[in-house]
Amino acid sequence: MSFFLQQLLNAMQVGSVYALIALGYTMVYGILTMINFAHGDIFMVSTYLAFAASGLLLAHLGGASPLVIFVCTIVVAVLGTSLLAVLIERAAYKPLRNAPRMSAVITALGIGLLLENSFVAIKGIGPTPRMLPPLIPAGEVHVGGITISSLQLVIIGLALLTMLALDLTVRKTMLGIAMRAISWDHTIVPLMGVPKDRIISLTFALGAAVAAVGGTLYGMAYTIDPYMGIRIGWWAFISAVVGGIGNIRGAMLGGFILGFVEIFTPVVLKSSSYRDMIAFSLLLVLLIFRPTGILGRTVSQKV
Amino acid sequence: MHMRLLQFIQRHRVPLILLAAAPLTFLLPRYGIINPYLELVLKYIGINIILTVSLNLINGYMGEFSVGHAGFMAIGAYAGALLTVRLFPAGLGPVLFPVALLGGGVAAGIAGLAIAFPSFRTRGDYLAIVTLAFNMIVKSGLENIPAVGGPQGLMGINKLTTLPWVYLWVIIAIVLARNVVYSRHGRGVLALREDETAAELVGVNSRRVKVLIFVFSAFLAGIAGALFAHELQFINPRSFTILKSTDMLVMVYLGGVASLGGSILGATVFTAVLEALRPLLQWLHISAEWRLAVAPLFLVLLMLLRPRGIMGHREFGFLLPAEYRRQRVASRGPGHPGPAGGPSGTSGPTRDDDTEAVA
Repeated sequence: MSFFLQQLLNAMQVGSVYALIALGYTMVYGILTMINFAHGDIFMVSTYLAFAASGLLLAHLGGASPLVIFVCTIVVAVLGTSLLAVLIERAAYKPLRNAPRMSAVITALGIGLLLENSFVAIKGIGPTPRMLPPLIPAGEVHVGGITISSLQLVIIGLALLTMLALDLTVRKTMLGIAMRAISWDHTIVPLMGVPKDRIISLTFALGAAVAAVGGTLYGMAYTIDPYMGIRIGWWAFISAVVGGIGNIRGAMLGGFILGFVEIFTPVVLKSSSYRDMIAFSLLLVLLIFRPTGILGRTVSQKV
Repeated sequence: MHMRLLQFIQRHRVPLILLAAAPLTFLLPRYGIINPYLELVLKYIGINIILTVSLNLINGYMGEFSVGHAGFMAIGAYAGALLTVRLFPAGLGPVLFPVALLGGGVAAGIAGLAIAFPSFRTRGDYLAIVTLAFNMIVKSGLENIPAVGGPQGLMGINKLTTLPWVYLWVIIAIVLARNVVYSRHGRGVLALREDETAAELVGVNSRRVKVLIFVFSAFLAGIAGALFAHELQFINPRSFTILKSTDMLVMVYLGGVASLGGSILGATVFTAVLEALRPLLQWLHISAEWRLAVAPLFLVLLMLLRPRGIMGHREFGFLLPAEYRRQRVASRGPGHPGPAGGPSGTSGPTRDDDTEAVA
């Protein structure tokens, strides 16, 4: 039992990172009905920003407490990644807003691969896996039969906090109302004075910011490399689709489901190499029976 | 008599040129007139033409979106390679090579059937997801089958892909694709692209058409995969990732959607540019790693600058069946002889948008 709970905790840890990235997919899809296939690689860039920021901050503010550096790292990663996402949106997606929908999707695929392969090619980054310096003081909490490390506590706690903040933003703030209004109707809402382009850019920024929180947390727990965007990005994407793409709470639910799949596949099958196959098969089976995901609403096709 | 011979040559000049070129594909490499490197590039161009034609059938002509075409190629490559490596007696490899190619094609065609079914229900974004997932499952599956080498890949494949074989299959692929596109079913394919519901209403059996195109497209990709495997002599699952699928997308959208001539052009230009980049990057002292970033960059720029490709929805005259050529000349009115195969005029109905409006 305690073994199961311990694994469940690990699943929560991975799942919360997936959920954070899945939110970016789901928000962009919600507002533009576009799959931003570059999002996984934007997440990858955020881990490198966190890596660079934490390294620089440690070198220059060596005296400061690690916690301050941790907070600064997250802030740098969030701001940098948001800026990148907005730049990509303005340069590559905005000109295609009136083009056939698949053009934007294919462009996103290209941007993702461009980021990935550029990062491999850039001198000083390369394909070598790296690790963020430890910024969270080591420590353990024992609850019942399970052990929770301070890192796990921070990851799960901060992820939940971010999700809560995002959920509130979308439901309660003016920005959230504008986002939902634009996703409801693209043509009428701008006529009522809602700055459509700015809201769309902010949606991309918000999605990237949430992914950057996930990226920093992920970088502290696992190694990072330029190709991580593929795997983590895809898993997060599947999370978004499983939960119902376009639905924010669905993305969170999907993230935890995928975290569960990731942790329990090796436990059940004694091998981790089937993880991807199981995740993608799950996706296909789900698409057959519930094409809009678990919490997704059905959209009827206009003729 | 003399006149009739001239007329015959005039009318059938393209097949005649192709026939005349066939012996060259034997002779040029045989007597060292083109060096092995050039021969290799020509083979890659040929294989890429087959792949591009294959993907264009789905993405260009049918307006559905496959973004995981490398999955079909992988199945063809592995099936073909397994036939020559494991099944066929060693000595008979070269003789049975066509069988291995067909085997690869058929195996991929069966996979195409599996993808055709979800395409009945899902369109646009979701079909893109399905094909992507298919690509990932194939790659991940191959990595988990020890019998085909797992992540290490399959080695010891004989080098059976020769220039004549590639040449032959390029022609077969183009002729078959042309005949499919301009057949009754092919017109149905175009109708599906424009409006599925309307096409159904005028009697297009959308399911049958989709199955036909998916299976045929996958078959061609499988043939290309088998050719690829017997050229490289070594395949592993990493050769068939999304990056490979992206290369195919670039070639299709560079050359032009819904155009066979565009497919030929796109595959040739892309392959040649990527090869030319090797010495260029070296000369500029830029790391060779950047080569991998070029294809995605190309794709993005294409989508922004020329989303329908060099000759989207247009066709070389010689690729059109006779009755279409006549129609085209007729539509130009008297006094305007049709161009002798220049890249002008349109083939069939065209439209500016490739996909349906937002549902």
